[in-house]
Amino acid sequence: MLKSNLSRFSIAVFVLLSLLTVKPLHAEEVVVYSARIEQLIKPMFDAFTKETGIKVKYVTDNEGALLARLEAEGKNTPADMLITADAGNLWAAAQAGLLQPVKSATLENNIPAHLRDPDNAWFGLSIRARTMIYNTKKVKPEELSTYEDLADPKWNKRLCLRTSKKVYNQSLVAMMIAEHGEAETEKIVKGWVANLAVDPLSDDTRALEFVAAGKCDVTLVNTYYFGRLMKKDPNLPLAVFWPNQKTNGVHVNVSGAGVTRHARHEQAAVKLLEFLSSDKAQNLFADVNMEYPVNPKISADPFVATWGNFKQNPINLVKAGELQTTAVKLMDRAGYQ
Amino acid sequence: MTIWRSVPFIAAALVLAPVGVIVSSFFVPASDVWQHLIETSLPQLLINTFWLALGVITGTALLGISLAWITAVYEFSGRRFFSWALLLPMAMPAYVTAFVALGLFDFTGPVQTALRAWLDSDLSWFPDIRGRMGVIAVMTLAFYPYVYLLARNAFLSQGKRSLEVAQSLGLNRKQGFFKVVLPMARPWIAGGLMLVLMETLADFGTVAVFNYNTFTTAIYKAWFSMFSLPAASQLASLLILIVFAVIVVEQQFRLRMRYAENKRTERAQRIRLMGWQNWLVTGFVLSVLFLAFLLPVLQLCRWGAQSFAQDFDFDRYLEFLWHSLTLSGLAALLICVVVIAMVYAARRYPSPATRFAVRIATIGYALPGTVLAIGVYVPLVWLDGRLSEWLAGWLQAETGPLIQGTLMIMLIAYLIRFMAVSHYPIDGAMQRITPSIDEAAMSLGVHGWTMIRRVHIPILKPGIFTAATLVFVDVMKEMPITLMTRPFGWDTLAVRIYEMTSEGQWEQAALPAVTLVLAGLIPIFLFMRQTEK
Repeated sequence: MLKSNLSRFSIAVFVLLSLLTVKPLHAEEVVVYSARIEQLIKPMFDAFTKETGIKVKYVTDNEGALLARLEAEGKNTPADMLITADAGNLWAAAQAGLLQPVKSATLENNIPAHLRDPDNAWFGLSIRARTMIYNTKKVKPEELSTYEDLADPKWNKRLCLRTSKKVYNQSLVAMMIAEHGEAETEKIVKGWVANLAVDPLSDDTRALEFVAAGKCDVTLVNTYYFGRLMKKDPNLPLAVFWPNQKTNGVHVNVSGAGVTRHARHEQAAVKLLEFLSSDKAQNLFADVNMEYPVNPKISADPFVATWGNFKQNPINLVKAGELQTTAVKLMDRAGYQ
Repeated sequence: MTIWRSVPFIAAALVLAPVGVIVSSFFVPASDVWQHLIETSLPQLLINTFWLALGVITGTALLGISLAWITAVYEFSGRRFFSWALLLPMAMPAYVTAFVALGLFDFTGPVQTALRAWLDSDLSWFPDIRGRMGVIAVMTLAFYPYVYLLARNAFLSQGKRSLEVAQSLGLNRKQGFFKVVLPMARPWIAGGLMLVLMETLADFGTVAVFNYNTFTTAIYKAWFSMFSLPAASQLASLLILIVFAVIVVEQQFRLRMRYAENKRTERAQRIRLMGWQNWLVTGFVLSVLFLAFLLPVLQLCRWGAQSFAQDFDFDRYLEFLWHSLTLSGLAALLICVVVIAMVYAARRYPSPATRFAVRIATIGYALPGTVLAIGVYVPLVWLDGRLSEWLAGWLQAETGPLIQGTLMIMLIAYLIRFMAVSHYPIDGAMQRITPSIDEAAMSLGVHGWTMIRRVHIPILKPGIFTAATLVFVDVMKEMPITLMTRPFGWDTLAVRIYEMTSEGQWEQAALPAVTLVLAGLIPIFLFMRQTEK
């Protein structure tokens, strides 16, 4: 009985499997591995399909898993494109030889040079600015100045930070290393840790809530988290401050994409990439998640625009990848959990 | 029949493939990462992991065993309801309990906010839920059903009788429990605790919500943040080693004992609790249920109601639900069939090699999900590549990957991860089939399949149902393997929860989480109907 159950079961599975592997031969499509979650990328895919008739198939997962998966699948991978929510992982994918260079005048025109790979393996598609948010009841904006200044003892017990395990903070510290060198950066990060009001928090939303509740006075987050929270509750005593405006500018990261080395639908993938940098898609990036478009011609969402303009750090984001491991080690040494 | 003999070895080989991929990382140098870890965080991580494991083991043992004993032997107000309701927290993924607990009890949560306003104090005395005790409490509430379920199984079938025997030999009730009942229930309790230990060591979601650093967070840090899969794999190998050592030690202890079922008689009379004792017990059981299930579900419903209007899409959710149920059902079926065959083989052809193979087959559960997922994925995809090359040569045509992107690969991955979960209950039940039962059956002329059908299956049935329920619910909650191996379009409820929580949107995750919990009630309900008559 057991044996026959087993064989009946395996037959059923095989039938199921063969049904699933039947692929339409002619429909044009692009297959995407995305670390951007469905809600934040599907609207762009839908617009692309509407415009070109090319279907987009996608799976979402976290960056590390997607990279490992691409590597394991090698030339058998079904994926034509990789989308991530940060530059460091795109750099890692390029480093592992998982992406191929794309030469495209459209992309070069639409995307500023510091937000794409110098070797054209990946391209930033939306800007994520990591800025200061402060409690308006407890901090005067004049008190705030730079990321570096948050290490000053005057902020003792007034700072909240998200965990150093999140790539956004790793990129921030990596870019600081690029600017100041390791020794100086380590001093700054140690200063931050000494000023923490509570142990590092699991995510940006939590950090904002802690500032709003008055547990701490200031934090560093990506602006769209602030936007989401304020849309839900406009009365929160929170405001944006753009740091480092007199020095090198606000730290920005990108959510971006690259075409995989073994892409089967290479042309369609390039087409999708170009579309994502186009006016229409850039507007969607701005609307869907209150991020800043990479394309300087496109303006931010009206609500986002009320936070004001800012100068962004012009160092190429490739540094965020190159120095990420150094940054992680530095944060460990500094005791930033 | 000889094919049975090889089942444990096939199962072990399946598990060894990913473990091999992981352990082979030792040939790739990653000394810089190691040195860094040793110099900075490793000692603290080990201390954190040790206390967490010890705390959760102690907590789940106390809670699981006491609840199982109370519901198996005593009669008190609401006993019938509680005995199955106490399983409900099983449907609650630990990471969900975690973010609900923080959402409620953290500094910014409604409880502390209200207390601050009411008492007009800064509430500095309020315990820090983010600390170690908070993580331990959440995991205990999430994992105690493993121990409860297995211990109850043991107590129901023998507890009361053993106690009576002990009492007739002059022991009082307390002595009887500790000297006779508890030792006799040992394989089941140990099995439940092993599952808890493995789940605790492999956990990433819960500790991430608390930002509590463990060995597993170090694995993920080495991999995702320092881009060193070799270092991550080496750390994971150590984890496997630790768990394997625990399994071997536990089984060595167990080998020295024999367990047989008491004669099946009419169900023993329950001990009726009266007056304050009755209310004390009812109150205890109710408060566990409240903290572990009712409170989180209420909070999820509250959050879910907020995001319902913008987020709920009936067709989409029906699809998620359908995918979750199909995958869990198929996985539960496959895993139970394989494990029954394996346990049978180990019984019929006992040898050190077979025992060793069975142990190997059950360590997949201890590996952090994403590490196992990639460990499973690499050899399967490699095999798939060879297979399609061979086929292409044979057919003179490009076939493309065969199993990649099908449910097949998911089911194999689930099998590798969850064999342990169904092994403990089924093995526990199998140990009740003593040689004398077989002999008695044979003396009555019952052999082979007839014996299995008429004698063994009825004895195994509670164990199989326990196993199937556990696997079903576990697969439904599973995230990393589902994320990595699902075919295009096969998004499940767990995938949906992942997408929301990965952006820190706990409120938005409530809707799929509630649906997941409700879907998890289906197997639990079926299970109770089968066992509680």
